[in-house]
Amino acid sequence: MKQTKRIPMPVRYGINLVLTLALWGVLAAMIASGVITNYWNGVLITIGINVILAVSLNIATGYLGQLPLGHAGFMAVGAYAGGIFMKATPLGALLKAGETGAAVPWIILALLIAGLTAGVFGLIIGIPALRLKGDYLAIITLGFGEIIRVVLTNVDSVLGFKFTYGAAGLKQIPKITSFNLVFLCVALTILIIHMVMKSKHGRAILSIRENQIAAESVGINTTYYKVAAFVLSAVFAGVAGCLYAGYLGSLVPSSFKFMKSIEILVMVVLGGMGSMLGSVIAASVLTVISELLRSVGDYRMVFYALLLVLMMIFRPKGLMGTYDFSMSRLLEKLINRGKAKPVPSAAEGEEAQRDE
Amino acid sequence: MNEKKTFQRGRLVPLPTNAFIPERDLEKTPILEASHLGIDFGGLTAVDDFNLTIGRTEIAGLIGPNGAGKTTVFNLLTKVYQPTRGMVMIDGYDTAGMNTVQVNKLGVARTFQNIRLFNALSVEDNVKLGMHNAIKYNMAAGVLRLPVYWKQERIAHERALELLSIFDMQDLADVPAGSLPYGAQRRLEIVRALATNPSLLLLDEPAAGMNPSETYELMENIVKIRDTFHIAVMLIEHDMSLVMGICEGICVLNFGKVIAKGTAEDIQSNPVVIEAYLGKKKEG
Repeated sequence: MKQTKRIPMPVRYGINLVLTLALWGVLAAMIASGVITNYWNGVLITIGINVILAVSLNIATGYLGQLPLGHAGFMAVGAYAGGIFMKATPLGALLKAGETGAAVPWIILALLIAGLTAGVFGLIIGIPALRLKGDYLAIITLGFGEIIRVVLTNVDSVLGFKFTYGAAGLKQIPKITSFNLVFLCVALTILIIHMVMKSKHGRAILSIRENQIAAESVGINTTYYKVAAFVLSAVFAGVAGCLYAGYLGSLVPSSFKFMKSIEILVMVVLGGMGSMLGSVIAASVLTVISELLRSVGDYRMVFYALLLVLMMIFRPKGLMGTYDFSMSRLLEKLINRGKAKPVPSAAEGEEAQRDE
Repeated sequence: MNEKKTFQRGRLVPLPTNAFIPERDLEKTPILEASHLGIDFGGLTAVDDFNLTIGRTEIAGLIGPNGAGKTTVFNLLTKVYQPTRGMVMIDGYDTAGMNTVQVNKLGVARTFQNIRLFNALSVEDNVKLGMHNAIKYNMAAGVLRLPVYWKQERIAHERALELLSIFDMQDLADVPAGSLPYGAQRRLEIVRALATNPSLLLLDEPAAGMNPSETYELMENIVKIRDTFHIAVMLIEHDMSLVMGICEGICVLNFGKVIAKGTAEDIQSNPVVIEAYLGKKKEG
């Protein structure tokens, strides 16, 4: 085997960190200087939230190879858990007083609680649901998403405490979500998912997608890893829900309808199941498109459907397929140009898309 | 692997009477004892009254005409199917109620007749998945990339290349498994099974689709694997040169029943076996 130059791991991480910081710097500077208007700042935040939703759903669909249709349900759980928690804390007062520093621990706590609550729901749903495959799993998760929404619509108080305010919606949630927070959450989400997928646990999750019987025959506890992937997926959906709650400042159950789940799924499918970069790109593009099509209202769903049909005809594996971009791999190719063709390195492939 | 020993239930079954065990293994507990094993699919009895004992370092062959139930026996031994009747003891432990994963932890690894690799993953990842339970770090250590992650992954990487070098495949480590040629995929399946650190390796038609020289090489490698890892090998094979060449004990199956058992010479001259393969001579 001819020796090709490899970029050592610390340098790879360094490259990605620098790139991520650079992107943040550019976007933050553009916002500060007013190149990105307030409106587009809002769109950027929505993009960030959708990116988290898409990459988290990608764990269950792309990496695990299942088809859950209740992602909006987990988002709702996270949003309400985060929203109720934030309302109960002095967060609102702190933000009003401009004491951002004192608010940070509360914000972190809110995100964690949202994620964990959604994770617990993921566990409760996942254990029975993941015994099923394909269509059955899709239907049971679809049912779950609807149950969450219907419960939130009809229950307004628990044991006499006003909690979810029913169909009227949860209002006056402290608006914690800023561009910086969303960017940080997106970067961390992608980083964590990447780290999990490039470890023995990620390999086990992928092996279930590839061949479950073979995975069991080499001693991989498939039930455990299915549930783990499902819970991981739910946790990040919960975080996204919390950011969503903190961005809008009010929540209504009707925003977590079945179509929301489909919207997220469309992003993942369009981007390519199993490709994180694909999910990121598709989530960004679709969010921008649906903003641009806001004037036509619900007719944008027609556009979504059309896009899906065309995609399935011309690129059935999605925009990126299962390909994951790696900045370091690209650099290695450049370094090794002219030498022996470097064998594709899947083992240490390092993505550089820790950003939206 | 010490966790293997957690399922002890004591030995219950006496050795089947016509067990064939090489002399060097006679003193030790057999690695596999199947007694009166059987399974019904609805009204169809696919395997019935299957008795087999395999010694610690024996190479055993399971042969029989198509549809005789050979692969079903493998599926029963690895608990892909739960047997309707009978009992399987592995390494002296009763496997009743266990699943595939637990049986694998007891030391049974297998390959498949229709290759089941993790096609989209690299060759190295396929082997590392075989080592999954031997790689010890938890999810937090993996996400935070603690030193234990790097250490374990490095060991796994080195071990994977070492195992791949048995079949001289270490240069293919980064190639997706699905893009390998057919023969290499079969070899990779064996490497992946070996990576689970088994004490009994079940090979389902390892030489299928291989030419005579590849088959000969495979034969040598199976013996080499047995001698280096000191494990038992049981194989299903239609290639009689391979079976007669390396198997110390051979079991012949027809219509789900064992029709003959013994050494290669016994089997070759056994009229019942010849009848099962070639049919009965017409009277008169």
